[in-house]
Amino acid sequence: MSDLVIARSLFGTTMGFHIIFATIGVGLPFMILTAELIYQKTKDIEYVVMAKRWTKAFAVLLGVGIPTGTIAGVQLSLLWPGFMEVIGRVMPLPFQIEIYAFFIEALFMSIYVYAAERIAPWMRITSLVLVAIGAMGSAVLITNVHAFEGTPAGFNIVNGKIVDIDPWAAFFNPSFFVTAGHVALSAYTTGAFIVATVSAYKMLKAEGTSRVYHFHQKALLLSLVVGGIFSLLTALNGHESAQYLHKYQPEKLAAAEGLFETQSHAPLTIGGLTDRETQEVKYGLEIPWALSFLAGNSFDTVVKGLNDFPEPYWPPLFVHTLFNAMVGVGSLLILISFLGLALRKVFKKDTFPKWLMWLYVASGPLAVLGIEFGWIFACTGRQPWTIYRILSTADSVTTSKNLGILFALFALVYAILAFSVLFVLRYYFKKNSVVDDLNRADQKGVPLFSSNS
Amino acid sequence: MLDVYLAVTVLWGFVFIYAVMATMDFGAGFWSMFYINREKTKATNIANRYLSPTWEVTNTFIVALVVAVYSLFPRGAYTLGTILLIPGSLILLLLSIRSAFLVFSNIADEYKKPLTYISGICGILIPGLLISVLPITHGEYVNFSNNRQTLDLAGLFSSPNEYAFFGFAISSTLFLSSLLLADYSKASEEFDAYNAYRRDALFIGPISLLMAFLIMITLKSEAAWIYNKMMNDLPFLYLSLAFFLIGGLGLLLPSTKSKIKGWPRLSVIAITIQYLLASYVYGKAHLPYIVYPKVTIHSAFTDPNSFRAIFITYIVGFAILFPGFIYFWSLFMNDKRYLKQIKLGRK
Ligand code: HDD
Ligand code: HEM
Ligand code: HEM
Repeated sequence: MSDLVIARSLFGTTMGFHIIFATIGVGLPFMILTAELIYQKTKDIEYVVMAKRWTKAFAVLLGVGIPTGTIAGVQLSLLWPGFMEVIGRVMPLPFQIEIYAFFIEALFMSIYVYAAERIAPWMRITSLVLVAIGAMGSAVLITNVHAFEGTPAGFNIVNGKIVDIDPWAAFFNPSFFVTAGHVALSAYTTGAFIVATVSAYKMLKAEGTSRVYHFHQKALLLSLVVGGIFSLLTALNGHESAQYLHKYQPEKLAAAEGLFETQSHAPLTIGGLTDRETQEVKYGLEIPWALSFLAGNSFDTVVKGLNDFPEPYWPPLFVHTLFNAMVGVGSLLILISFLGLALRKVFKKDTFPKWLMWLYVASGPLAVLGIEFGWIFACTGRQPWTIYRILSTADSVTTSKNLGILFALFALVYAILAFSVLFVLRYYFKKNSVVDDLNRADQKGVPLFSSNS
Repeated sequence: MLDVYLAVTVLWGFVFIYAVMATMDFGAGFWSMFYINREKTKATNIANRYLSPTWEVTNTFIVALVVAVYSLFPRGAYTLGTILLIPGSLILLLLSIRSAFLVFSNIADEYKKPLTYISGICGILIPGLLISVLPITHGEYVNFSNNRQTLDLAGLFSSPNEYAFFGFAISSTLFLSSLLLADYSKASEEFDAYNAYRRDALFIGPISLLMAFLIMITLKSEAAWIYNKMMNDLPFLYLSLAFFLIGGLGLLLPSTKSKIKGWPRLSVIAITIQYLLASYVYGKAHLPYIVYPKVTIHSAFTDPNSFRAIFITYIVGFAILFPGFIYFWSLFMNDKRYLKQIKLGRK
């Protein structure tokens, strides 16, 4: 493997690992906040217990999210010094402002966890709101750097030199809002379905009449409401993301859809494998005219095909599969959440069929996979560029050699972290059952949040 | 011109704040491990009480520091990123294990000991590697050849200067943190812990001073340029030494109010001032180089427009954050209920 390929694999692995914890780190505080607010309204103690248990899980996940994020931030300079030199000059603001978001999250997370019992309820809610804002802020801001890579703005290049730098124009680059929105919405979706996974699983294991069962039933319903809303919004916003690709990075859209010839009334192909030789998507399901409509809201929109671009600038063609997989996950999540809500609210069913429960169990991991597919599609689909049509990946990479050993070491550490985080979560929630927490919450004067064992 | 100095002052400020916070953080992790089998003194509890809420905030400072380098001095970031690949990656690997296991050790009680040992040991190595960035920037072990920079790792790790820095980082981490924890124990009225930390500080203080002298001696032969420039500010170095002595005195003076010896608060402040003075002298001598002799703050500086925008966000950002820091401090450093761990019921 060349050093460039190793650098890409190493960075991709870091990000692929970080994003799991980062996304849950955005989604879970929102769920905790929702539970706390419902508690303040209904005074139903079970919602406090939910908030406490999710907070503990969140605190454990932070133990991996923060160090891997730190790795991501530093590794950008270590592996891609050429890229960061340009970003440092033109696009430093998101990184800079992100620091404040991190501080807000870190300060108020500690306050919420370690001072929960000493501060007033309204202060607890305020801390939680600030944690949620901080988490969401860091996601939105870092994603803005990624948005800038696809739609660079705020500078000119004259004789190979960067001039006329306007950092705020770079900050508000064309795809900032739509891309950051997609990441934020998909993170809320994921947070909700992670909760759905755990509650559905626990319901399958518990007695249908027990207190534990009802506790998890409440949590599942809450997650379906939140998940349903946000998965729908994610899809709507994803549609807009695709229209932005049509406008700003047409070869990426062409690769995502496996379209070779520029045409109006372009078909949408679902599934299948893109074949470079025959220039078609094999084994796919073709919907005539649909792509033109999706790209520009009318059937005679002309969609550019890959043949309009020199072949060295084509993104890898397998991104078609990643794109389909992401959209597939999104559609399935919308479907199952609305199905559950309809069964419950319209048909007044108290229980869901087994197969649906197992789909809920799968929904959290599926959402995480959606996130992974989305990011890998977006980053790999931008190849061979780090900054679209301005800076190539080959010019960004470090000149250092022998990255192989580092790759192995980082992979090993991620494996250790993944294993130990699962182990610790399992250990903790085994030892502190829902029943324990409910009993603690029932008794006045017993600390709940700071109770560990 | 002025902008460049403003920028480098901000950067130096971050380095200093992080240096102090990180020594407390990694040091507290070490002491938490060191005293884990001596439950009577409560020294481990004190260390954890400090560490649990603060490590995340401390960690954010290192991110802030890295971001400050690449947004204020992008060309410097290019060179630093290239030459620091190996040491930087080692730091990241240790840091990730350390932070994760620190969190896990507070959650999984049964496995507290092994987890604390791993995080304590990883943590205490980090300051040594972090400070190695300084001898690296002295340029002796960096090869600049036609647009490619490389670090001579073998050369670096056979240099006595590197080991002097390494030893200094570890000893001053232990020194500063034991002082802080002594102060923290006193405020918490845990006198056994106080005595333990006071004794540790008295023992390690002189070692860290010795290490500082070793740095100067080895610097003289390895990077004479910076040594000579530091000597121009000799009065400041003497002043720094004087504050070290005040710090020591703070531990020995009899207390007026209580029976136990020492004014740890005075020592913490004096030693912090000592480090401030010494790092001012060092930092000033380092200028204008970021990496000697090719990268200077002038050649690495960012675009003026970007600088202005960043500087404004610094002012606005810290103005917004300041009340948050104060509130945080009042809850964890100054609230008797937290310090003494009175169990409180939930309303
Ligand atoms: C700061 C902007 C940024 C953000 C928020 C992300 N990435 Fe990215 N990614 C890059 C900036 C970048 C990059 C610096 O531009 C890379 C390195 C080399 C390259 O070509 O793009 C890259 C490469 C890269 C690769 C290797 C692609 C290839 O070489 O084919 C993968 C698999 C990912 N990333 C995955 C992710 C994931 C899972 C992310 C979610 C956290 C993510 N990226 C967020
Ligand atoms: C190259 C891209 C990225 C970099 C450089 C990066 C950097 C970081 C850093 C340095 C931290 C630790 C902050 C601290 O010390 O407190 C962190 C944590 C975090 N990051 Fe990332 N990050 C990246 C991508 C993302 C993305 C895409 C998201 C959103 C989906 C995200 C969301 C978060 C969140 C929410 C945290 C807080 C910790 C947690 O909740 O797990 N990050 N990141
Ligand atoms: C259901 C319909 C969806 C559509 C039409 C859609 C569309 C898109 C498009 C076009 C991009 C590429 C943007 C770019 O490269 O600049 C993208 C990226 C992404 N998608 Fe989706 N998406 C959908 C659902 C989802 C779901 C359900 C998730 C996760 C749960 C998700 C997560 C992501 C992520 C994390 C990215 C990378 C960040 C970005 O570039 O915006 N998407 N999506």
